[in-house]
Amino acid sequence: MSALTDLTIAEARDGLRAKRFSAVDLTMAHLHAIEALNPRLNAYITVSHSQALDQARAADARLAVGPGGQAPADLTGIPLAIKDLFCTQGVRTTAGSKILGPFVPPYESTVTANLLRDGAVLLGKTNMDEFAMGSSNMTSAYGPVENPWKRKQDNTAVLVPGGSSGGSASSVAARIAMGATGTDTGGSIRQPASFCGLVGVKPTYGRCSRWGVVAFASSLDHPGPFARTVRDSAILLRSMAGHDPKDSTSAPVPVPDFEAACARGVKGLRIGVPKEYRSDGMPAEIEALWQQGLDWLRAAGAETVDVSLPHTKYGLGTYYIVAPAEASSNLARYDGVRFGMREDGSDLRDQYERTRAAGFGPEVRRRVLIGTYVLSAGYYDAYYIRAQKIRQLILRDFTEAFAKVDALLTPTAPSAAFAQGENMDDPIKMYLNDVFTVPANLAGVPAASVPAGLDANGLPLGLQIIGKPFDEETVFAVSAAVEQAAGFNALPAIRAEG
Amino acid sequence: MSLDHATVRRIATLARIRVEEHEVEGLRNELNGILGWIEQLNEVDVTDVTPLAGAANMALALREDVVTDGGYPDKVLSNAPERIGAFYTVPKVVE
Repeated sequence: MSALTDLTIAEARDGLRAKRFSAVDLTMAHLHAIEALNPRLNAYITVSHSQALDQARAADARLAVGPGGQAPADLTGIPLAIKDLFCTQGVRTTAGSKILGPFVPPYESTVTANLLRDGAVLLGKTNMDEFAMGSSNMTSAYGPVENPWKRKQDNTAVLVPGGSSGGSASSVAARIAMGATGTDTGGSIRQPASFCGLVGVKPTYGRCSRWGVVAFASSLDHPGPFARTVRDSAILLRSMAGHDPKDSTSAPVPVPDFEAACARGVKGLRIGVPKEYRSDGMPAEIEALWQQGLDWLRAAGAETVDVSLPHTKYGLGTYYIVAPAEASSNLARYDGVRFGMREDGSDLRDQYERTRAAGFGPEVRRRVLIGTYVLSAGYYDAYYIRAQKIRQLILRDFTEAFAKVDALLTPTAPSAAFAQGENMDDPIKMYLNDVFTVPANLAGVPAASVPAGLDANGLPLGLQIIGKPFDEETVFAVSAAVEQAAGFNALPAIRAEG
Repeated sequence: MSLDHATVRRIATLARIRVEEHEVEGLRNELNGILGWIEQLNEVDVTDVTPLAGAANMALALREDVVTDGGYPDKVLSNAPERIGAFYTVPKVVE
């Protein structure tokens, strides 16, 4: 038998039910691996050691119910990592920010409550860019995260795991979690999944409740899963998803069996190839991998069709008005009065200003200021309303493309993982990481990143599958076909010892 | 549109973030860099386009206007930086 930390969620589910090992064994193996690797990777901000063991013991009790009893829920005894943006009752939740440093939520987010309902073991809270604003995990107030992958020719460079869900991606890649939750506002699940050789899924807007998830940009924030296989990500999403009356934008639609959809195949599907994603600066390796992906899907029986998404190039500009605008409004709650840190001031206003100056890092401050400006009197129409109109055109592009095709295939990110310190000199350089992922957030359509190959440095590269609203099933079917054809079995240099 | 020193100060005041005088110039450059990059949106023809506020594209659901939660002030106050009894405390605002 392979090491417990190397198992997929589907394999562990079978092993637990067959009593080949216990949930406590599985959780202990992960806690030991965290102890060994986390000081280096910094993937977890908080490890909830004793709570995880309690949950594992409870899982074993449920698994002990013999034949004739009700089958235990899918995630019974499966150890997962939770992005530190999800509020977890009694476990500190920082959002990667100093301002929430002392915050211990008295309630559980709906997504984590769903995972707990299905028997999951929560190992701890993962590091992230502050308030999910970043593409490298370098803006975290709790230090950078190391990507467990190394460049073949340069073992010394410390690479970023991507962001904002960098700790979640690093932990699953290094086998110190079997899967993880993330959130994706402009690419924060898919880009780190691509950088760390993982599957990452941003479902349709409204599929997973945002209740109890620290808000960044409410109309763009999407909770979703990370896993090492497409099937595992489908198992996780099925648990995380579902209508929640506590989130007014949560969709009252049934949750399909995503795992079953992975086996559907792609025969007869029409796969769109958006020509606007072919940028001049695209590295040849990424262009070649994209073509390879299209070949794989054709070989599996799909038809590929050229389509046009004419407003693609305006996606990032639109995003950098809408997201900061919503952030400036959402982050107004951090005033040092009801929760979080407080800096004393000479009067109430001085206290607000000092608290927020000390509590927010440079990237968050920058975005709150941009957002405040584009919403301010006299500029609202020129910036914010114009951006909302272009957002409508971007959605229209997708609607028109999906009249002709079932799904789209594109690269996930314009590069493989870069080193810590790179792309730091100019904020816009960092923003460009999300050029291929942002449009799906603006339109709310589901999208996944699947590891499809390695670059010349031996670093993973992902392909992105974008689907119709609430048709994650086709996204999973196409993702599974890409996964199968790619046969991606490369391993990161840093991982739990087997 | 390029921001001047006074506008950066005004935005920081609106956002309730204290900005030291020596930080203003650097922030001004950063913000102008981002706003300049966003100028590309001006080339899009948006005539007769309805603004899109969110991706959900659904009618907001109505619910009964009833109390469904609450009654635990200690939980609500458990994260207060400073409190007296069942109240948050702040610097004096009324003489």
